[in-house]
Amino acid sequence: MSEIRIWRETPRRYRLEASRCDGCGKLFFPPRPVCDACRGRAFSTTTLPETGRVVSHTTVHSPPSRFGGHAPYTVAIIELDLPPGEPCVRLTAQLTDLEGHDVHTGMPVQLELRRIQEDDRSSVIGYGYKAVPTE
Amino acid sequence: MRDVYAIGVGIHRFGELWDMSLRDLFGAAALAALDDAGVEEVDAAVVGCMASGPFVGQDHLAPLCAEAIGLLPTPVIRVEAACGSGGLALRQGFVEVASGVSDVVLVAGVEKMTDVDGAAATDILATAADQEAEVFHGVSFPALNAMMARAHMERYGTTPEQLARVAVKNHENGVANPDAHFRMRIDVEQVLSAQRVAEPLGVLDCAPRSDGAACLVLCPAELARSAGRPVVRLAGTGYATDTLALHSRADLTTLASTTRAAAAAYGMAGISPPRIDVAELHDAFTITEIIALEALGLVDAGQGGPATERGETALDGRVPVNPSGGLKARGHPVGATGVAQAVEIVRQLRGEAGGRQVRDARVGLTHNVGGVGGTSFVHIFSAC
Repeated sequence: MSEIRIWRETPRRYRLEASRCDGCGKLFFPPRPVCDACRGRAFSTTTLPETGRVVSHTTVHSPPSRFGGHAPYTVAIIELDLPPGEPCVRLTAQLTDLEGHDVHTGMPVQLELRRIQEDDRSSVIGYGYKAVPTE
Repeated sequence: MRDVYAIGVGIHRFGELWDMSLRDLFGAAALAALDDAGVEEVDAAVVGCMASGPFVGQDHLAPLCAEAIGLLPTPVIRVEAACGSGGLALRQGFVEVASGVSDVVLVAGVEKMTDVDGAAATDILATAADQEAEVFHGVSFPALNAMMARAHMERYGTTPEQLARVAVKNHENGVANPDAHFRMRIDVEQVLSAQRVAEPLGVLDCAPRSDGAACLVLCPAELARSAGRPVVRLAGTGYATDTLALHSRADLTTLASTTRAAAAAYGMAGISPPRIDVAELHDAFTITEIIALEALGLVDAGQGGPATERGETALDGRVPVNPSGGLKARGHPVGATGVAQAVEIVRQLRGEAGGRQVRDARVGLTHNVGGVGGTSFVHIFSAC
């Protein structure tokens, strides 16, 4: 993954920046240029909450090559804790710091900024969110 | 719109074929289909191929394919929809003929996957997922399907044994298919104890990577009638998209794109699910066949596992699924799969499927998926 791309994708990875449709309030992570619910094109930047719950998970034993030395590791789909009435936002992340935890659907997690991967050529490190258990 | 018929099919045996190139595979399947159709030339060809660039360093397949079968300067259209590339080729071949733009069209699917090692193949197949939102975080393609499997198991009580029975059945069918990658039986215990890929999926829950090519020849009614050969009507086509990232979907236990594509195909063909006599479904993973059964309306939601366990999808069951062996046993050269499914259904409807023939098959369905359902293709064929 090139250093240019790592730089370009920083706002969503470091700050969980999403966009909220000014017309209907739907949240987009990452941002999109048009709202599929109301066709609106005006958005405001917002920051997503850093806590959520596991929706589904698996342990990767045959990883993509950039993660070759890390297997086995656990990945999950996480639904973020938004106030009642807010639209649902889910994302995919690795679960980490799992010692002593039995990973299960519904498990509460906190997103933390961690090292995700490294570019082979430039050695630039791609940081982003990983989820750690909170219970 | 003109009615569309399949007048010829051809396939090159799937497998780990180190002595054959992408060009060789395409040529063998294409010439077999042209011979079967009794035609020397076509007006156009549509070739489905997911990733010849990363797999063998070759793109710009149009001139390669036309030249390989001695048909320059015939126009060739290469299309890509990940593992659904073959289904997309079939869809676009249908559009060429139905629209009247072309009369005789060669539809092809091809993939050459075994020039690279397993780790490289994992990276290439992961290009079907969302690179920014999923793969950046270390998600593999099997991992996404594993998360769908877990969600299905937790909602419906689907068991690992029921998943395993999909693989066991498809391997059983593959024994009778001379074009299949694997022609050996496996049992439930082997599937359950196989090396884990992404829990709850093990290596025998996953289709292999294979080399292979498959082709068919499409034409309008008047040409089909004069061909003097058994013809099959391509009676319905359906295609729908869904989010690229799995996590953006409200329901992880189904494939909304498949449901929508099926509704379009059933509607065009004027056929309802109970009339399907034989189906080739996209069992890239065991869970995918179970979810496909439900999304296509062949069983109720949540009943894919129990129906499989009861033998309803076996060769002699209520709705035989994957008589060819499916992706699991016939093999899964990704771009070729959607066309290979159509080749099998045409052979079934002609009564030419030998030891895996489904009795009295008159209406057949193919279901091909790109990624984890970012694209789905459903086609319905009927015997004439």
